[in-house]
This record gives sequence, structure tokens and C-alpha cells, in this order.
Amino acid sequence: MAGRTLGSGGWGGARSGIGASQRRRSGALDGAGVPGPLLFHRRFVAGDQTTRTVLEDLNATLCEDGLPPKAISNAELILAEVLNNVVEHAYSGDPGLIELWVRDDGGGLACTIADQGVPFPDDVMPGSDLAAITPPDLLPEGGFGWHIIRSLAVELHHQRRDGRNLLALKVPLG
Amino acid sequence: MDIATSRAGESLVITVNDGRIDAAVAIAFKEAVRRATDLPGNPVILDLGKVSFLDSSGLGAVVAVMKFLAPERRLELAALTPPVAKVFRLTRMDSVFTIHHQPPGDLQAVG
Repeated sequence: MAGRTLGSGGWGGARSGIGASQRRRSGALDGAGVPGPLLFHRRFVAGDQTTRTVLEDLNATLCEDGLPPKAISNAELILAEVLNNVVEHAYSGDPGLIELWVRDDGGGLACTIADQGVPFPDDVMPGSDLAAITPPDLLPEGGFGWHIIRSLAVELHHQRRDGRNLLALKVPLG
Repeated sequence: MDIATSRAGESLVITVNDGRIDAAVAIAFKEAVRRATDLPGNPVILDLGKVSFLDSSGLGAVVAVMKFLAPERRLELAALTPPVAKVFRLTRMDSVFTIHHQPPGDLQAVG
């Protein structure tokens, strides 16, 4: 993390730039701006190993909080897919900062993921299409991630702002 | 990646002893299972009973092993935990694999 700080001139400054009207219009896209108690927050360098460590911490924290096992496992899977995409696509395997907030907003786990990598192609979140399943030679070995995210998460929002990607989603508790 | 092999009848059983198959270990998992399939046995049954977490990277690795073995040998799955079964169901890969509730009972160590 050397040389990359997140003080008021970094992401904190960008966060304060999102006004109330913006939040109303686009939904909660800011980990600091979402109502409800903060259950989990990590800021870490992108990588497959840090993703694993953060998700194991998240699982343990939510278990201690007594949340439903199904919601916990859904959150872990959804966030694994989101973080894998950030590592692989936003940062192309290079080290970069990721910040994750998880809040209990009453009806679910409100998650926000921020990174400073490249935006989505055409600034649009990928859809949920699955590749055709034609066993065995043409079976897809990838392209499952967004299908899983969109199958399990609700209230997906994305915003590109001040050089960072903000992705907000909710994991239903029920 | 900690895996173990055993024989059950004609089958080669590969038991995954790690709890997670994710992006951090997907390549190592794929290579370890491929090496294990140097042993004889058909079908190859992957016992995932100890795996509590599998993401799409892990799913892709399992699919890659299946394609590697085809068409001479079949890859089948056993003992999926609920979070792992969910990934196969959501991606409709549960329609591609034969999935056993339990690994074969009469396991005999290989070698």
C-alpha cells in the first residue's frame, strides 16, 4: 500500500462529493452514506489471496453477529465474484486498492465495493447471460461470475466517479 | 492443494481436503487433480464433502478437469455441501455432471 493513501484528498474527498440528491437518484453508492450499522469494513490491496482473507474474515464476523447462514454464504459468494472481477478486470492483476463496506440495512446486507481500476466496458455493468452449455467440448470454463451476482444480489447500482468504480448491492436476509 | 486418492470398485476417487476452491487456488487445484488422474480408474469421482466454499474460478477449474478427461473418462462429483451445490445449480452445471450424494462407501487406498 506504499505511496497510496486514502486521506481526505483520496477516496474520502470523492465520497464527500456525492450530494444528497445524487444519492436519492442513484441509490446508495457510498459505503459511508448507507444507513444502518456498519458490520464490516476493509481496505486492502487487490489480489486473489487478499480476497480470500477478507472473505474469511467477513464470514467469521457475520457468523459472530448471528446472521442467517444462507445470507452469509450468499454474501461471501457474491462478493467473491465481485472482488475476483476487480482483481482480474479493473486492475488486470496489478496491485490496487479495494475498499469494502457491509452494512445491515434492516432487510439485507448492503454492500459497497470501491476500486480505482478501469471502468466497465462502455461504463455498463455486465449482464447475466450464461454461455451455452454444450458438453463436453464446448463447456464454458468462465463467464459465470456476473450470472451468479445477478442471480443472488438485488438493488445493484454502479457509478463511475472521480476515477473510481463504486458498486453497491444488497444481499437479502430472507 | 491437499487432495487424496483412493479406489472404489472401478472408480478413482479424488478427495479434496481443503475447504475452499477459489481464485487463489483454482490453478493449483486443477493441476493437482490432473496429476492425480494419472492413476487408473473410471469414472473419476471428485469428493467435495470438505469443501465449504467454491466460486466461479473453482467451478471453471472443475469444468476444465472434466474436459481434460473427456471423452475417455468421466468426471463425477460427490457430497456437495449446500454452498457448493448452489453454485452448480445457479450456473446450471448440475445438469452437466453426475452428482452423488455420498462418495462411494467401499474406499480402498490407492498405492
